[in-house]
Amino acid sequence: MSDLKRTSLYDLHVELGAKMVPFAGYSMPVQYKAGVMKEHLHCRAQAGLFDVSHMGQVILRDGELPDVALALETLVPQGLVELKSGRQRYAFFTNDQGGILDDLMVANRGDHLFLVVNAACKEADIAHLRANLTHCHIEEITDRALLALQGPAAEAALAKIAPGVVTMKFMDVQTLYSDYGELWISRSGYTGEDGFEISVEAAQAEGFARALLADDTVAPIGLGARDSLRLEAGLCLYGNDIDTTTTPVEGALTWGIQKARKADGAREGGFPGADRILAELADGPTRLRVGLRPEGRAPMREGTLLYAAAEGGAPIGAVTSGAFGPSIEGPMSMGYVPVDMSAEGTTIYGEVRGKRLPATITAMPFRTATYKR
Amino acid sequence: MMKFTEEHEWLLPEGDTVTVGITAYAAEQLGDVVFVELPEPGTEVTKDEEIVVIESVKAASDIMAPIDGEIVEINEALVENPALVGEDPQGEAWFFKMKPADMSELDGFMDEAAYKDFID
Repeated sequence: MSDLKRTSLYDLHVELGAKMVPFAGYSMPVQYKAGVMKEHLHCRAQAGLFDVSHMGQVILRDGELPDVALALETLVPQGLVELKSGRQRYAFFTNDQGGILDDLMVANRGDHLFLVVNAACKEADIAHLRANLTHCHIEEITDRALLALQGPAAEAALAKIAPGVVTMKFMDVQTLYSDYGELWISRSGYTGEDGFEISVEAAQAEGFARALLADDTVAPIGLGARDSLRLEAGLCLYGNDIDTTTTPVEGALTWGIQKARKADGAREGGFPGADRILAELADGPTRLRVGLRPEGRAPMREGTLLYAAAEGGAPIGAVTSGAFGPSIEGPMSMGYVPVDMSAEGTTIYGEVRGKRLPATITAMPFRTATYKR
Repeated sequence: MMKFTEEHEWLLPEGDTVTVGITAYAAEQLGDVVFVELPEPGTEVTKDEEIVVIESVKAASDIMAPIDGEIVEINEALVENPALVGEDPQGEAWFFKMKPADMSELDGFMDEAAYKDFID
């Protein structure tokens, strides 16, 4: 365990009574004293502070901006040329089979693109960028922490430090100056709540976090509640709900592929796996990621096999994420099922402890998002 | 007198029945409990048989029958409100009452002081 990396907030987590666990090579807080349920509900009611410094922060430059956007478009099915300065977009690296190598955020910060990638994938992502975008200058930012402040009170709490955030809208990005140095802020997150992700100099991160936590509305939130919050919001966890074996179409992420990259678009295809992904866009996939609401209170967790009927037959799919949703006060899951069984309202069965229990296919998010559009 | 098992269950003998629950330590480790499934009253159970399912926000776990016997009563309030496990684990959040085949089996379990040493 001694080779686990620590974020710049490690000492603060310990001081706050966090239970630290290994996660993607880092020692990270899974929960604080309040516990997963209270942390989840606090974030929805007021504001939650998350340390997401384990995630990768990468700057991509290639002369003028359209060039770097075009370069990155060779690795993702997103339209990045259209991404305006001061805006951010959800994206995913695809492989030649149309599977997903990682999902990420891409921000246009004026003269460069700023990428935030998953902790477990960051080394592979950076190697992938370096191998393919040989003209680009690719810089991994290792001297900055990344914090998320999420929930209805997030704006007011952050505005005390950086008043400029009040004019930002969902998926806006901005650089603001504060007592804690330069803050790279996006109005986004992973909870379904309004909120912000803030890149701050590592040396300033603890002071910044303490200043936020000094606000009565702000409580620290661990990875446990982060997972139940994102699942209620219907957001994918890379490695569970999407991976190299799932295409974006199967993963119900076609909303994240802009028109310019689809058939008859201005820059149709031209990304890894385009043949398969464009064919699935045209003809439909064979399976689809759906939301599930199990009856009763028992969660259907990751790996739960799904069946068409209460008895007999082979599995039709499996749950990829499942938990109890504190805000929806019931269990919720995501999983893959054949397209012809994916209609909302369809009852299927998950095998839990040897018993097949009914679950209804449900639109996601399970809880309506409260983004500031 | 309350007895404790190495599986973090508590047993409270009253007449010819024993009330069973999980310890405050176990409840703390589990985290917020969101689902409890209890056996049917009248079920004959054998020691180490998995008879209760608990789902917390973190994971599913089983509770085993601490001794041989018959389930005589279950705590329906726990099924309705699983959060009780976190609120009052060694009181209101009892799981079931059983009639042991052999009451003397309880003698082998820890008392409170021994259990405290066990978890420290």
